[in-house]
Amino acid sequence: MNVVIEKFQHHHAAHCESGVASSMLAHHGVPISEAMAFGLSSTMAFAYLPFVKFAGFPLIAYRMPPKHILKGMVKPFKMRFHFETFRKPEAGMRRLDELLTQGKIVGIQTGAFWLPYFPADMRFHFNAHNLIVYGKEGDEYLISDPVAEMPVRCASDALQRARFATGLMAPKGLLYYPESIGQTTVTPEAVRSAIKKTVRTMLGPVPIVGVRGIRMLANRVAKLDPADKLSLNYAGHIVRMQEEIGTGGGGFRFLYAAFLQEAAQITGIAELTVLSERMNEVGDGWREFALKAARMIKGREPFEPKKLAEMLHGQAESEKSFFQELKRAIA
Amino acid sequence: MDIDQVPQEGNCTMGGYRRAMYARDKDGRIVIVPSLGGEVDETVTLQALDRIQEQTEEARARVLAGESSPLEYWMYAQRLDLPQLSQVSGLWKWRIRRHFRPEIFAKLSPKILQNYAWVMGISVDQLRKLP
Repeated sequence: MNVVIEKFQHHHAAHCESGVASSMLAHHGVPISEAMAFGLSSTMAFAYLPFVKFAGFPLIAYRMPPKHILKGMVKPFKMRFHFETFRKPEAGMRRLDELLTQGKIVGIQTGAFWLPYFPADMRFHFNAHNLIVYGKEGDEYLISDPVAEMPVRCASDALQRARFATGLMAPKGLLYYPESIGQTTVTPEAVRSAIKKTVRTMLGPVPIVGVRGIRMLANRVAKLDPADKLSLNYAGHIVRMQEEIGTGGGGFRFLYAAFLQEAAQITGIAELTVLSERMNEVGDGWREFALKAARMIKGREPFEPKKLAEMLHGQAESEKSFFQELKRAIA
Repeated sequence: MDIDQVPQEGNCTMGGYRRAMYARDKDGRIVIVPSLGGEVDETVTLQALDRIQEQTEEARARVLAGESSPLEYWMYAQRLDLPQLSQVSGLWKWRIRRHFRPEIFAKLSPKILQNYAWVMGISVDQLRKLP
């Protein structure tokens, strides 16, 4: 089978889901940036989930859970998304081919471990990796994976395996495409309500979410036993979630700063530009934390969990005052 | 972060790919900057890989000592742990733990072996022994 949707343009992005959302909307005549998709869906967050274990460590997330961005596009753009999952892998692949033949680009969810074009050292069992299929040549699918700089290719059996990976957040062959889009520009109201939602998440009362979540993590880190070898792995785990897992650096904080710059333009609230600078500084604080942790892991300085905990408390404090000001700015 | 602070020293775990980072250009605009990665991200990825490597080798030693079955070795080798293997295979953890016993592993039905092999992306023949 040979079909290429020529009109489609690949864009490099920090994060898979916001990258897919922005490329997909741009393809359908709504030119929005990755940062806009991320901010408009109120995806920036912080969560520390001690009871969900990920490779033996608690889940630490700097954003809302998977699918939040895609679902967050529905309201601001008055759109209808078509989501479809499959029981039989063959049916899921047939349907994908069918949609490509109809000239549609198709978003799919995959398990990163099974994607052969991923660098071997990056292939972990993470099942919520999103990408866009925009064609097929012979047995190979043409893929726009937002975290890759250039479009890639994947043989059909490998892609089938990735789409039907089992385990936590199993994709079950999920594919999606927009059915209709009723609004093609970003409105100031949508931006304001998205920011409000993020403020609520970050300053909310749930002890493991937002600023309180950062504090809770800080307290946990303070209690790490420096004599236990795995304590260093704990610190490394936090940094991985922050820097390595497609965040654009600083646990999505720079990406959110980019969104605030655009938000200032759209809403005409000049203060958001200033706050974008502040967010940038908050991101720098996270980078300093990562650097400190990495130096301790490398043994360049003694491992002192208390010092790392202090830095995390500092981050909690600066995010708290940042979001309080953000709240005032859009009130 | 400014553009000149975006790590570009390279990160051996990224296989030559560049990842998108967000940084401030000279006009103060925050833009996408492709990054070759740097020491911080390399350190934490290698640390996680080392940990898996360590677990894999410990499991290998147990298999050689007759204390465990190749299933445990392959679980770590394919970057899973017990909770994850349970999730991807759909089997209870206690059942998998039981299958770590060499004498029980030796008697497993082809169907169960096939399921393990499939979820780990290896063949049944591979699964039966250490590489």
